[in-house]
Amino acid sequence: MKNRWMNAKWLGLITILAAFASGCGKNHLSTLRPAGEVGQEQFDLMLLSIIIMLFVVIAVSIVFTIAVVKSRRKNMGEDFEPKDIAGNHTLEVIWTAIPIILLIILAVPTVYLTFKQSDTEASENDAGEVNSEEVVINVTANQYWWEFEYPNVGVVTGQELVVPTDTKVYFNLQASDVKHSFWVPAAGGKMDTNVEGINSFYLTFDDEKAQDSNRLFYGKCAELCGPSHALMDFKVKTLPEDEYNQWLADMKSIEEPVQASASDAAEGQEIFNNSCIGCHAVTPTGAGAQGPNLTNFGDRELIAGYLAHSEENLINWISDPEAFKPDNKMTGAYDLTDEEIASVAAYLMELKVEEGSGDVETLRQNAEESSEEGSTESSGESEGSAEEASSEEPAAEGEESTEEASPESGEEASEEASSEPSEESASDSEESTSESDEEGGN
Amino acid sequence: MASTAKKQGVGSVIWEYLTTVDHKKIAILYLIAGGFFFVVGGIEAMMIRIQLAVPNNDFLSAGLFNEMITMHGTTMIFLAAMPLLFAFMNATVPLQIGARDVAFPFLNALGVWLFIFGGIFLNLSWFLGGAPDAGWTSYASLSIASAGHGIDFYALGLQISGAGTLISGINFVTTIINMRAPGMTYMRMPLMTWTTLVASVLIVFAFPPLTIGLFLLIFDRMFGSSFFLVETGGNTIIWEHLFWIFGHPEVYILILPAFGIFSEIFATFARKRLFGYSAMVFATIIIGFFGFMVWAHHMFTVGLGPTANAIFALATMAIAVPTGIKIFNWIATVWGGSIEFTTPMLYALAFIPSFTMGGVTGVMQAAAPADYQYHDSYFIVAHFHYVIVGGVVFGLLAGLHYYWPLMFGTMLSEKLGKITFVIFVIGFHMTFLIQHFLGLWGMPRRVFTYLDGQGYNTANLISSIGALMMAIAVIILVINIIMTIAKNQKVGRDPWGDGRTLEWSLPLPVPYYNFAQIPLVRGLDAYWIEKKANNGRMMPSESLEDFHMPNNSFIPFVMSFGLFVAGFGALYFASGKDWAIDAVSGLPVHPWAPWVLGLGLAITIGAMITRSVKDDLGYYVTKEEVLRDLEEEERRAK
Repeated sequence: MKNRWMNAKWLGLITILAAFASGCGKNHLSTLRPAGEVGQEQFDLMLLSIIIMLFVVIAVSIVFTIAVVKSRRKNMGEDFEPKDIAGNHTLEVIWTAIPIILLIILAVPTVYLTFKQSDTEASENDAGEVNSEEVVINVTANQYWWEFEYPNVGVVTGQELVVPTDTKVYFNLQASDVKHSFWVPAAGGKMDTNVEGINSFYLTFDDEKAQDSNRLFYGKCAELCGPSHALMDFKVKTLPEDEYNQWLADMKSIEEPVQASASDAAEGQEIFNNSCIGCHAVTPTGAGAQGPNLTNFGDRELIAGYLAHSEENLINWISDPEAFKPDNKMTGAYDLTDEEIASVAAYLMELKVEEGSGDVETLRQNAEESSEEGSTESSGESEGSAEEASSEEPAAEGEESTEEASPESGEEASEEASSEPSEESASDSEESTSESDEEGGN
Repeated sequence: MASTAKKQGVGSVIWEYLTTVDHKKIAILYLIAGGFFFVVGGIEAMMIRIQLAVPNNDFLSAGLFNEMITMHGTTMIFLAAMPLLFAFMNATVPLQIGARDVAFPFLNALGVWLFIFGGIFLNLSWFLGGAPDAGWTSYASLSIASAGHGIDFYALGLQISGAGTLISGINFVTTIINMRAPGMTYMRMPLMTWTTLVASVLIVFAFPPLTIGLFLLIFDRMFGSSFFLVETGGNTIIWEHLFWIFGHPEVYILILPAFGIFSEIFATFARKRLFGYSAMVFATIIIGFFGFMVWAHHMFTVGLGPTANAIFALATMAIAVPTGIKIFNWIATVWGGSIEFTTPMLYALAFIPSFTMGGVTGVMQAAAPADYQYHDSYFIVAHFHYVIVGGVVFGLLAGLHYYWPLMFGTMLSEKLGKITFVIFVIGFHMTFLIQHFLGLWGMPRRVFTYLDGQGYNTANLISSIGALMMAIAVIILVINIIMTIAKNQKVGRDPWGDGRTLEWSLPLPVPYYNFAQIPLVRGLDAYWIEKKANNGRMMPSESLEDFHMPNNSFIPFVMSFGLFVAGFGALYFASGKDWAIDAVSGLPVHPWAPWVLGLGLAITIGAMITRSVKDDLGYYVTKEEVLRDLEEEERRAK
């Protein structure tokens, strides 16, 4: 009876596995829905290993079940004395050889892919500096937020990673405080951000796959890094190459902080400049800051890496960060009244970067120039050099900086929001709990 | 002096256990303390699963959750699984090799008391300002940054209990090499003894790296040295290497004795000699050997480079071969046997598919590029619980039922045992099978909560319900134990009826000197041979004479207690000092800390001096006393 049940259990498992292996989980965060070459290769390897291992599990289960069913004492009689068999050389050889063959089948692609996927040579030029021809992003992990720096153009942003599709994106990873791990499950495996030394790897994002998940993927910290480890999420926005370049140019064009338009926002800007600017930059420079860069905060998808992007959430977050991300570094760093917080929030929501405000041509020329000159930029000293580089570069139509979001980008944002009900509901529930927390706190 | 007194008061029983050097009583101490910590670790597991049952739960706060997972892992590995295995190793190995005690009875007692005091020290963190919260791996950057004394409790507690483990390991290696009865050649040793030998060798080589790593961590936190402080030239990756050079063999230290228990059970309840004994022994040694060459597969994502990753991937895959050999040999043992479905046998049978599942996911992770996805996700959580629960805990539960009569002279209820088995096994698969998928869907491990709408809700709820079933099963087991103790129905020699190895040839309860005459071993499954070829009595290898036994001693307890006291001194040493690391420099100063440290060390060193100076030559058990016991045993048998 038990054995039949065992059989059924394994059959059920195989069916479930087959169903899941064909693709399951959410498009934007499942390893089983690979969104690029790296993820696809890893998925294929996973699939190969799953098939081999299922074969092993099934074979073992069949032999095991037969052995158990056949040899029950009820069958054999109470006084049955089994023959003592010391062993069997042929059998030993067989069940040593078959696993070895299966392992070799798995080992070959494993070794091949290990070397292939670690090849980041192209991200550096001969002089060991960042290759301006490639997309290279310096990632700095902090408790509990992410900084993304584009060393080739000298742009810094935080929490929301913007990458081009259909090309290799190289990442140089480091942590500023404790060890974290950079993981975009849909795009590929993780790599640790160590506190010493820089790790490099690359990911790719297929444009088609990106469209399937509304051009947004979910990133996570995968190494325990303190109480708010679970909330150290980030979004990955994947844009076609020209849109990506435009975005970089737009960011680059911001030389001066975006000026507030509404009166309360203007008040907020003043408060921000007194209380917040020590940690948060509002121009896309200054890698290695104490807090996330907020240049394009108004354009982002999330607040604090995981809350829905609404002014209400923002006010709650600024009022009591501890209730949302325990042990974060912002708690207690400022002393603001509720009105002041509301003004700051109004100001931050206005921090948008107008689409098309930057000039892609200038951006490209600058990049070429810097590569010709052999600028001081290198992955090893990216922080200082990026600042330098950005200050050297001429203003790219900085005068046209935005006062209101362009209709296009607004539309896009709302589209994305509505097409992701799950995210919305997630943050809604978070919102309600946080509200009650806040009441308790006040 | 000897523990012959039949009816004792509670006080004298407690004193007997505090001072005992008898391996059978030490086994019971390990069982009680390990069982207690197993329940503590289980409660922590339940807290974790309650917190994760629904999204955005606030049952536990983020910080408290991290303390729970850290203490769950640390407790289960160091304070539950290993001591419980030591309980069975102590209870069986000297009997299986025909010895009157272990090679170093005093060290055996020292080992158990160091473990108990280390475990208590670690768990006192809950009441003294917060438990460690950097995970059971305690990676250096986070463990240096972790404010408060939690990590100090971790490092010092493990150091104390780790010393005990190391001592026990040395003891077992010596015992098995030197104390075997005449005729008990290496290739006649029962598998339980073989796996204990290999696991003990692993302990001897694996624990020193942990000890070093813990000392470096203690020095950083106690004296502000900078082994792991990157800003002053330290390197945190060193900790990861030291930890995993210990940590991976540790997995085999846990699983090998469990393999040993299963091997005994398969042979006994299939009424058949273990198939491919020499292949099994060979596989055990190979696993132990390879166990030291694969540690970096825990570090594929650290950035060691493709060459290191590829080499460690291949080495890891290679381990699957000897493990496979074992699985197939067990199946071949069962094949053509006469299986009796006792509770221990049920666990052993359930172990085969469960452990195979855990094994194959292990090979999947050996494929380094795929592991970049699995690493630190719930897939890993599922994998190592399949190995450790499906392997080690099944082994412990099987061993508990199987060896209970040997240890206590009574039988656990088979009916309750089978109920426990069914609920536990279903609960186990329910809890952990689904976690493979959670990992593949992108859920990282060690998260105190998850957002709604990421597709994790149902799976986590199923997992939590499974965990609840496992908890219920353990409660039934505890009821079973209490009822068995209350009923106290004694059983006699060879209670399972099919005992094969030397330990079952002894009368129950086993006399404190084990063997009146050291037996002569004539082959593998020594007792079975005599049952079939003789009258079921072991042939003695010596004439009946007076023999020597060690005295009880209170010194091991005192020595361990001294280190326990010293631990508090070391713990508060850097508290509030301006030269200390940030994590402890803000805490209140404890001026008494150096004095407590000194006092504790003085107690320990004083105990050592006493031990060295005092002549303690033991005593002789007289021939007359042994004859009296034998006659009484004859009478009872009739």
